[in-house]
Amino acid sequence: MYQFSGKLKTFSLALILIGLVGIAWGFYSAPTTVEQAKDIIAHQSAHGDSHETSHGDVKGDTHLHSEHASADAHSEHHDASHDEHVFHQLQNKPWAAIYVALFFFLGLTLLVLAFYAIQRVAQAGWSVVLFRVMEAITANLVPTSIVMLIVIIGAVMHLNHLFPWMAEGTFTPGHENYDAIVAGKSWWMNLPGWAIRSVLYLAIWNAYRFFIRKNSIKEDTANDNGKTYKSNYNVSVIFLFLFMITESMMAWDWIMGLDPHWFSTLFSWYVLSSLLVSAVTVIALVTIYLRSKGVLPAVNDSHIHDLAKFMFGFSIFWTYLWFAQFMLIWYADIPEEGVYFAQRFNEYKVPFLAMVVMNFVFPVLVLLNSDFKSLPWFVILGGVVILVGHYIDIFVMIMPGTVGGQWSFGIAEFGSLLFFLGLFIYATFSSFAKANPIPKANPFLKESEHFHYYNIEHRGEGSDAHH
Amino acid sequence: MESSKVIHAFYNDDEIVLDAVKTVKAKGHHIEEVFCPFPVHGLDKAMGLAPTRLAITAFIYGITGLSFAIWMTNYMMIQNWPMDIGGKPSFSWAENMPAFVPIMFELTVFFAAHLMVITFYMRSRLWPFKDAENPDPRTTDDHFLMEIPVHNNEAEITALLATTGAVEINIVDKH
Repeated sequence: MYQFSGKLKTFSLALILIGLVGIAWGFYSAPTTVEQAKDIIAHQSAHGDSHETSHGDVKGDTHLHSEHASADAHSEHHDASHDEHVFHQLQNKPWAAIYVALFFFLGLTLLVLAFYAIQRVAQAGWSVVLFRVMEAITANLVPTSIVMLIVIIGAVMHLNHLFPWMAEGTFTPGHENYDAIVAGKSWWMNLPGWAIRSVLYLAIWNAYRFFIRKNSIKEDTANDNGKTYKSNYNVSVIFLFLFMITESMMAWDWIMGLDPHWFSTLFSWYVLSSLLVSAVTVIALVTIYLRSKGVLPAVNDSHIHDLAKFMFGFSIFWTYLWFAQFMLIWYADIPEEGVYFAQRFNEYKVPFLAMVVMNFVFPVLVLLNSDFKSLPWFVILGGVVILVGHYIDIFVMIMPGTVGGQWSFGIAEFGSLLFFLGLFIYATFSSFAKANPIPKANPFLKESEHFHYYNIEHRGEGSDAHH
Repeated sequence: MESSKVIHAFYNDDEIVLDAVKTVKAKGHHIEEVFCPFPVHGLDKAMGLAPTRLAITAFIYGITGLSFAIWMTNYMMIQNWPMDIGGKPSFSWAENMPAFVPIMFELTVFFAAHLMVITFYMRSRLWPFKDAENPDPRTTDDHFLMEIPVHNNEAEITALLATTGAVEINIVDKH
């Protein structure tokens, strides 16, 4: 049995505490009036202005304030509405900072759950010794879902303005916020529907997690000729079906809704691939850590090798979807689609391009070689870069629609990241300590223990240990 | 010639032949060839064969295909008959690069795959209408055959092979 050490517990709680301070600072430093917002911008202008570009050629298209369209005609009115616009962006900033880190951790935890369900449905042999690691990681679904629920309630009560289409009057003809394009989507984009769907997604995912964790532990001692195993299989099939639907809709509701004019039919796949590669990477990192603590003696180099193969493969998959989405929009050159990338190229050039290097070029260089994929420190190196790259990917998905040109990676963003990292560590390792580290009655356990990819040598074993 | 004499040992299981190869190698005998009805993982390592260099050729062929695709798209779409791509008449290869990525990818894969297969056939001495090299048709069905050249030590090797689970041991003259 694994012991959740006091040192690690203190560390995770410290992360949560430091993160909370950072988040609180973010809210404290956000402006409460338009005047304060103007002050902040005036300060920024003093040292290099990143703000001017933000309202150059992309204004009006990306934001719902219809005044912008006619802004040139009455520039004084524009100045006032511009100040108010910046004020809203700055007010959104602490919320957006939380939302990026929250979505990253909630999403990758959800995908660990889905990856685990796939292993059960495929009746995979190799991964059985990793089941308890994956289950432990999914424990993080509970706290992240609770925080997500708070953000959802906040959005519904207009405490945050992350989703521009929730502004008052968006659907009312004649109102100054009226937006004909969004109003045309009101059969899907309406507050009650959005809130009900959001809660439903979280409920479905958490229900499956609660069930499968309980019954997976029950499997160990059930001794009922595989009846529990079979019922876990059936429930996982149903979950995967529901997961594919809820994941797609979640990506529309929670991310694409931030840019409500814009749409892309493969966006859900793109979000899925980003979260999937992060999920497999996290499984690999947690497995390597636990193995180094000696609690996973059955995990050998071939298991690490397989996880690294998935990290590599899903990185290529992500690149494929990222490029497919970009190229089609670039080629078609339709303004309402192109605005998404125009804003990212103009305001987010460095993170937008850096993430492609981190998520594609780096994994190819580090993880292409078969021998490297079983070396823990290589997998850690590749994994950390992949995780940072996909955090930036989520950042670039969320920030342009919520804070526009006012983005930065400061105390609030870093604090949010630490907060959710602390939650993740606490949830994962305290959960791992609560069950047998090996699902000892799984019918494929033997196969998993003997798993040996023929092309690599297991370090610390004789060359014919598995023949 | 003395060294043209070889021993053919037959096995009927891939795990047994793999262990037999290890035993024979451990005794210091040279194994000329092992004929199998299907690929046996780990056999090349057990026989002490050098790692394949096919991956290196694949890389070179891939680079060739990529270069060819870049040259081809530039010649066809920019130089010979300049095209207005996606409503962006820049007539510059670099600015139209996204449109060429699928072509670059496909030709890289095409060159690497086809040339690698052809290289593999050539290195394996396989070409159309060639007579089979395997000494016994059973190796295409359910038997594994280990071929060991003998140098006046037939008795010793035969005795050794008998302990490794061989189902049939023949001494034949190789032509």
